[in-house]
Amino acid sequence: MPAYTLKRTFVAFLILIVVSGLTFSLSHLSADPALTIGGEQASEEDIQAIRKLYGFDRPIHVQYLDWLGRALSGDFGESYHYKQRVFDMVSERIGRTMLLGTLAILFALVVSIPLGTLAAMRPNSITDRIALFIAVLGQALPTFWFALMMIIVFGVWWRWLPISGHTQWANYVMPTIALGYYATPALMRLTRAGMIEVLASDYIRTARAKGLSPASVLFKHALRNAIIPVVALAAVWFGFMLGGSIVIETIFNLKGIGWLSYDALLRSDLPVVQAIVLIFASFYVVLTLLADLLNAYLDPRISVR
Amino acid sequence: MSGTILEVENLSVDIPVAAGMLHPVRGIGFSVSRGETLCIVGESGCGKSLTSLAIMGLLPKTARRNADRIEFLGRDIRNLREREMARLRGGSMSMIFQEPMTSLNPSYTIGNQLAEVYLRHVEQSRAAARDRAVFLLEKVGISSAASRLGQYPHQLSGGQRQRVMIAMALMCGPELIIADEPTTALDVTIQAQILHLLAELQREFRMGMILITHDLGIVARVADKVQVMYAGKTVEEGPCETVFDAPMHPYTQGLLRCIPIPGRTRRGERLGSVPGIVPNLVGELSGCLFRNRCDHARDACAGMRDDEPTRMGDGHAYTCLRAPGEISGELQAAEAP
Repeated sequence: MPAYTLKRTFVAFLILIVVSGLTFSLSHLSADPALTIGGEQASEEDIQAIRKLYGFDRPIHVQYLDWLGRALSGDFGESYHYKQRVFDMVSERIGRTMLLGTLAILFALVVSIPLGTLAAMRPNSITDRIALFIAVLGQALPTFWFALMMIIVFGVWWRWLPISGHTQWANYVMPTIALGYYATPALMRLTRAGMIEVLASDYIRTARAKGLSPASVLFKHALRNAIIPVVALAAVWFGFMLGGSIVIETIFNLKGIGWLSYDALLRSDLPVVQAIVLIFASFYVVLTLLADLLNAYLDPRISVR
Repeated sequence: MSGTILEVENLSVDIPVAAGMLHPVRGIGFSVSRGETLCIVGESGCGKSLTSLAIMGLLPKTARRNADRIEFLGRDIRNLREREMARLRGGSMSMIFQEPMTSLNPSYTIGNQLAEVYLRHVEQSRAAARDRAVFLLEKVGISSAASRLGQYPHQLSGGQRQRVMIAMALMCGPELIIADEPTTALDVTIQAQILHLLAELQREFRMGMILITHDLGIVARVADKVQVMYAGKTVEEGPCETVFDAPMHPYTQGLLRCIPIPGRTRRGERLGSVPGIVPNLVGELSGCLFRNRCDHARDACAGMRDDEPTRMGDGHAYTCLRAPGEISGELQAAEAP
């Protein structure tokens, strides 16, 4: 297990380096930061001066290594637009995004695992059909539309919940549901498929032949095995919840880093964009790593291979 | 008889399928006493596995079970609720399956899976469960048993896993053990060991055992009683020696021609086979179902009543129109050089 962990961590680190290199070069190719900083009225001489001042005239790999060196020590530079340190801007908002993402994935798991299990216990029954309907709906509804409908119903008509902001717990209810519901169908279907397969397996027949209680057969013997692929998928979806919160944070004016990245992209504020892309990429990489380790824990056969 | 553990009369299993009603088991009966081994023999699809699942109450949900009698330890278990049935399963009746590679849960240690049955049926003591597990693992011939408890199924070979399955079946000291083709998935060398082990444990713990197999070589070595099944019906039953010495039903005779017998089968001699396949068991069935594969088939076979066997005394019975005299004359002629 320690060797396995070490190997996986090394691969994760390599992925981050590659991702950061790609983002850096792509964003510097797609937008000229000197133009952004100079603004529309800037003359050609001003632009040249800015290029020299910020070091944009150097070869791109030199700029990248310079940026990477400082990023590794936590210095992501300064926002071109807000003239604030990117590190401060991100750390002020990242907690909100993490909270929203965590709540959303928990919501998705709490809905999808019981629903998927229930559906698998009686395939093609009414329960199964209802679960499938809920899942298909979640997949078919665009997130932004679903979020707006919730705002109209719960925020405007019934006035139960606040429709924007991030200061109180109630602010997170609708964003969590809107974001989490999007992840529910995939997780539910995988739980259902896994449970149906596992329930037909020989070791479930053994468990029943041992006279174990239905709860023990279902939860101890079946769910544990069925849940292994769900864990991996949930980790990927968690990354998606964190990165995909851009739309939801914008709709609900919940100022996390999703909202910040949307704002930074509109302004070609490259240091902010780069920092956030790197953070989102790290989320994915770390989550995938954690999922692999959790899988290895749940399924003892994995770490041996 | 006071030593009787299980008595089954007229057991049938019906499964609704797209084409109609499937009748994989059609009215069979048998009994098992303490310390006795009953072998149920037949080819794939003859209903022998479903028979054992029917007794255990483990049939698939869609299957329907009917019986005039299923008495286990003097108690009618036909109408027991699932909860009460679960109390018996793994406790006083337990089962060993055909596929040792997939019958253990890959996510839990051997120790956990062994202890679990004990904790469920005997007593809530982890220490006692552990001791029992170690004792039985040693009994079934697993080396350094105590250290195996922490191992996962994938760390064991097929033969070892089947030994673990046997130990698991014995955890609660069952009265009846049903082994459904326990050696089919194993190497030939391991097969003999496992079989020997089962027979030994069965004698030691004085359990009743139902051994389900398609291998008559196995039957000859361990059975007290034999029941030959064909197409969901018993075609011949009786004490092991009698059936082997004087098989009456053409199907039993065919099966016996398939195995080499020491001293009787000459080197280089071709073994026999039973040509043809098992008939489709969907819908209404009548007459002797073996007739389309039988060398002795005649017109009357189609109208034969298959629920009235010819009884020969000492429990030997067969379901065929041919008279005992006709068959035994043939047998003697065949044995003469």
